[in-house]
Amino acid sequence: MSALVEVRNLKKYFETPRGMLHAVDDVSFSIEKGKTLGIVGESGCGKSTLGRVMIHLLDSTGGSIYFEGEDITNPGRRKLRRLREDMQIIFQDPYSSLNPRMTVEQTIMEPLVISGRYSKKERQREAERLMAMVGIDQRLRLSYPHELDGGRRQRVGIARALALNPKFIFCDEPVSALDVSISAQVLNLLQDLQDQCGLTYMFVTHDLSVVRHISDDICVMYLGQIVEASPTKELFRQPLHPYTQALISAVPVPDIHRKKQRIILEGEITSPINPKPGCRFAARCRYAREECQQPQALEEVLPGHRVACCRVREVNAL
Amino acid sequence: MVNSNGAFLSVRDLVVEYTAEDQVIHAVNGVSFDLERGKTLGLVGETGAGKTSIAKTILRILPDPPARIRNGEVYLDGVDLLKLPEKEMRKIRGRKVSMIFQDPMTALNPIMKVGSQIAEVISLHNKVSKREARERVIRMLETVGIPGDRADDYPHQFSGGMKQRVVIAMALACNPELLIADEPTTALDVTIQAQVLEMINKLKDEFQTSMIMISHNLGVVAEVCDDLAVVYAGEIVELGSKEAVFDRPTHPYTVGLFGAVPNLYDDKERLSPIIGLPPDPSNLPSGCHFHPRCPLATEECRSQKIPLREIEPGHFCRCIKATRPEG
Repeated sequence: MSALVEVRNLKKYFETPRGMLHAVDDVSFSIEKGKTLGIVGESGCGKSTLGRVMIHLLDSTGGSIYFEGEDITNPGRRKLRRLREDMQIIFQDPYSSLNPRMTVEQTIMEPLVISGRYSKKERQREAERLMAMVGIDQRLRLSYPHELDGGRRQRVGIARALALNPKFIFCDEPVSALDVSISAQVLNLLQDLQDQCGLTYMFVTHDLSVVRHISDDICVMYLGQIVEASPTKELFRQPLHPYTQALISAVPVPDIHRKKQRIILEGEITSPINPKPGCRFAARCRYAREECQQPQALEEVLPGHRVACCRVREVNAL
Repeated sequence: MVNSNGAFLSVRDLVVEYTAEDQVIHAVNGVSFDLERGKTLGLVGETGAGKTSIAKTILRILPDPPARIRNGEVYLDGVDLLKLPEKEMRKIRGRKVSMIFQDPMTALNPIMKVGSQIAEVISLHNKVSKREARERVIRMLETVGIPGDRADDYPHQFSGGMKQRVVIAMALACNPELLIADEPTTALDVTIQAQVLEMINKLKDEFQTSMIMISHNLGVVAEVCDDLAVVYAGEIVELGSKEAVFDRPTHPYTVGLFGAVPNLYDDKERLSPIIGLPPDPSNLPSGCHFHPRCPLATEECRSQKIPLREIEPGHFCRCIKATRPEG
């Protein structure tokens, strides 16, 4: 199997008045063609920044990004333009990610206009095809975003992302702003489109139930770092990192008979500004010891299941 | 549950409308429910279902205009809150009934120390000296797990989860008999949500507070509530004990909601979304408001008004097609 996208030791730091903010800190993983990688973590863990760096909406501070085996860390202008066609994004907020002064059709056609390869007639035909594909009625062609509900707006955003037949789509919390009945429609649509077009997704979300439903593999992020990476089934069958365990146990489940052992974490995510070298979760971890002050490497603990915790074997009695 | 007289809180035939330009928005269309002392009722539904309007009507904090309470009674301990003079109502808000709002970032005054904000509620409703008020503030903060010396901090010095704790401390400061929590954990991260839910459950037990919990999250409701009301288009479509509604969901909308959410412990290859969209509250469908999205709908559902009927003791459902649930 070949990786479509790969990142190695990727870093993104932001300068702030109080010091260096380590938003993404030494992250490595790869996504195979046609698969979905879920990135899950709480607000401020750097998951959205990671995606934005990968598709070059932000510049990286260090490390490298590969697309189809090619190093795209510092693409030239022309290369970047081609990459934009291959790598797309679906935004979280369907309200602020559409231009309020453009109609549905104009929004969907804009990437086609920019590419310069389509005649007016072809653009209209493409827009029609894309609208049908994402399930927007043709009669809404000339509607403006404010006339549409959240679910339809998100469909417009998806059609726009698909316009130039991308290979990779970064889905940044695409259903978080939607009601449950609508969110299910959009999740199903994303799965159908993946099957139809052979798309590769990176799906960023804070919702564990959603990420479990849609992903083949999952990376759990905490303060800019991956603390656990594993195939989805394996991760939920046997979460190994103390943070992942707490995170999964914290999800309220719509099932009144499931008695679960809840791990309540003390405190909250600490500041990502000038973090100490050791495990960043140690301050909230009930297993933390002296040795956790050392940097933690992501190690393969079980086949395909990597964890960044020096006490993982001890804690899980492996 | 409906009709059990002498309930602590009894809401009867509540109708609330909003007027916008020339349109009338039917937000709440005849809602009735009872809440017993010490119990928690969950109001579940999607955006625009009317959950918050119901809550705000109980406290009478709906802006009028555009909102208008067209009909209904809200009995708290036998007194109809909707008929009280505003002056009396003020004594009830914050003391007998208080509310926790969804967004802790906007529920606090940004230029006032959190301690002073809590003290304000206390002094308003109790004859206490400044020092006594201060002592109670510190006790309240400690109850919700915030060190008392942070009373002199401003809201921006707290994180989201801590701000929500401050809001909860404020809501509980006068020992209310009824607490209305409107999506209290929606703006919080999961691990913080777990902390806050655990705290709410603990405080409820400790103070024996009755509670109405508004949420769109079935998981949150499962954790906190005793009874459940599912709200759709301003009506309660299903009402019953948590056990009845979770084990034997009957209304097609309730059934649809359960099918539409991915579950952490359940391998669904595909979700089964509810087709279509929630109705436009200024132009509600005739008959059963859910009929355009309902897989069971027939002509009857389109033409006639559907009453809430008891399908098993204490379990009510607004549907003529749904069959009696199996145990």
